[in-house]
Amino acid sequence: MIGIIDYGMGNITSIKNMITYVGGDATIVSRPDDLRQMDKVIIPGVGAFDNGMKKLEDKGFVEVLNVIALEDHKPVLGICLGMQLITKKSDEGGLSGLGWLDAETYKMQNTQNGKALRIPHMGWNIVKVVKESPLLLGLTNESRFYFVHGYAVRCHHREDILSTCDYGGEVVAIVQKDNIYGVQFHPEKSHKFGMKLLYNFSQLAS
Amino acid sequence: MLRTRVIPVLLLLDKGLVKTIKFSNPRYVGDPINAVKIFNEKEVDELILLNISPSRRETGIPLREITDIASEAFMPLGYGGGISTMKDVYAVFQSGFEKIILNTAAWRDRELVKMAVAEAGGQSVVVSIDAKKNIWGKYEVYVDGGRKSTGINPVDYAKEIEGLGVGEIFINSMDRDGTQLGYDEPLITSVAQHVQIPVVACGGAKGVEDFVKAVRCGASAVAAGSYFVFYGKHKAVLISYPDYGMLEEALTL
Repeated sequence: MIGIIDYGMGNITSIKNMITYVGGDATIVSRPDDLRQMDKVIIPGVGAFDNGMKKLEDKGFVEVLNVIALEDHKPVLGICLGMQLITKKSDEGGLSGLGWLDAETYKMQNTQNGKALRIPHMGWNIVKVVKESPLLLGLTNESRFYFVHGYAVRCHHREDILSTCDYGGEVVAIVQKDNIYGVQFHPEKSHKFGMKLLYNFSQLAS
Repeated sequence: MLRTRVIPVLLLLDKGLVKTIKFSNPRYVGDPINAVKIFNEKEVDELILLNISPSRRETGIPLREITDIASEAFMPLGYGGGISTMKDVYAVFQSGFEKIILNTAAWRDRELVKMAVAEAGGQSVVVSIDAKKNIWGKYEVYVDGGRKSTGINPVDYAKEIEGLGVGEIFINSMDRDGTQLGYDEPLITSVAQHVQIPVVACGGAKGVEDFVKAVRCGASAVAAGSYFVFYGKHKAVLISYPDYGMLEEALTL
């Protein structure tokens, strides 16, 4: 069973809808105790970094998440803000992130090489696979995903990056550090491409 | 790079979908769940549902209906119509939409816009602006479903709205609504030039060539109603969406 954390941030109903649609089992989890029993965990999230971190803290999820990700080594997937929360820190706020990934979250600039760039990066973008992973089975370099974000992740280790997209330069789209995954886009809003990715996640060994 | 988003806009009136002309004469075009299923199969970029009942009937937000609609859609979804409190904002997000669209409420209550942005982030908050030319040829922003003039011009309003932190501005030409005479290019150009955030153009599109024109005017996304629900010169109801390859060729930045 995949536990989708309900900490009041983001559109979790649609994540559950899509996992169910591709034949997976998912449930929305609002209590940290229930999370321990899950095989896999999704950290969703829309909104501001500090607000997200604070809500995870306040609801008591941080401790149990650390156990699941770092001791139990169960697959964990951060979506959008959820991916940013697994980095060490963000330009968007002062709180520390979960810090599982040696990376930080930076504010995207609205000019690039002197050209204006609209921020947030909002829309469908083609994602380029730079490293193979079971999460990406069946996804080609023609796969497109729906992005909505004004902050992005900078990895300190190239090998943590599974795929990138181009928006006024390279933007990290998917990361993996052992059992920990993050996607900057919204698979739950990305038609068949998102279905493939969430199906792959549901099939990972835990 | 990003391809311009092409967004069908569905108008909900009571339990059915309708299409208006210049914000009047709503014509029934079908059942919302059925339409969303078809747009889902066609892998549309995004879908916007505007519930025009609250501004006409003073009804609330039909949460059960919009939850059912959202459960059929695996694409980005925006909802507008009757959102006037933070309670409404939470309820719409909860029902499976990731963007809320504020129009009259944004005009009346800038604090609501700020609170929604603080809670959900700017990328999830869209302000929609209905604009119409007055008899002197100047654009004015209208609210209450296009019935009340605010006297402010869309550029000033868009700039103010941008300052509140919203992620996107949806600019709708009332004069072009349902006419399929092409987008109001001067309107789109003037708004897009004065804000940094994405601008969605709406009102008047007849075909892909209009989408291209709107992009040249600075729109980051293009929206339409009639184009996606009517077919042929007699305007028979038929849901359609252009082929992905065709859009890619016409609209990749």
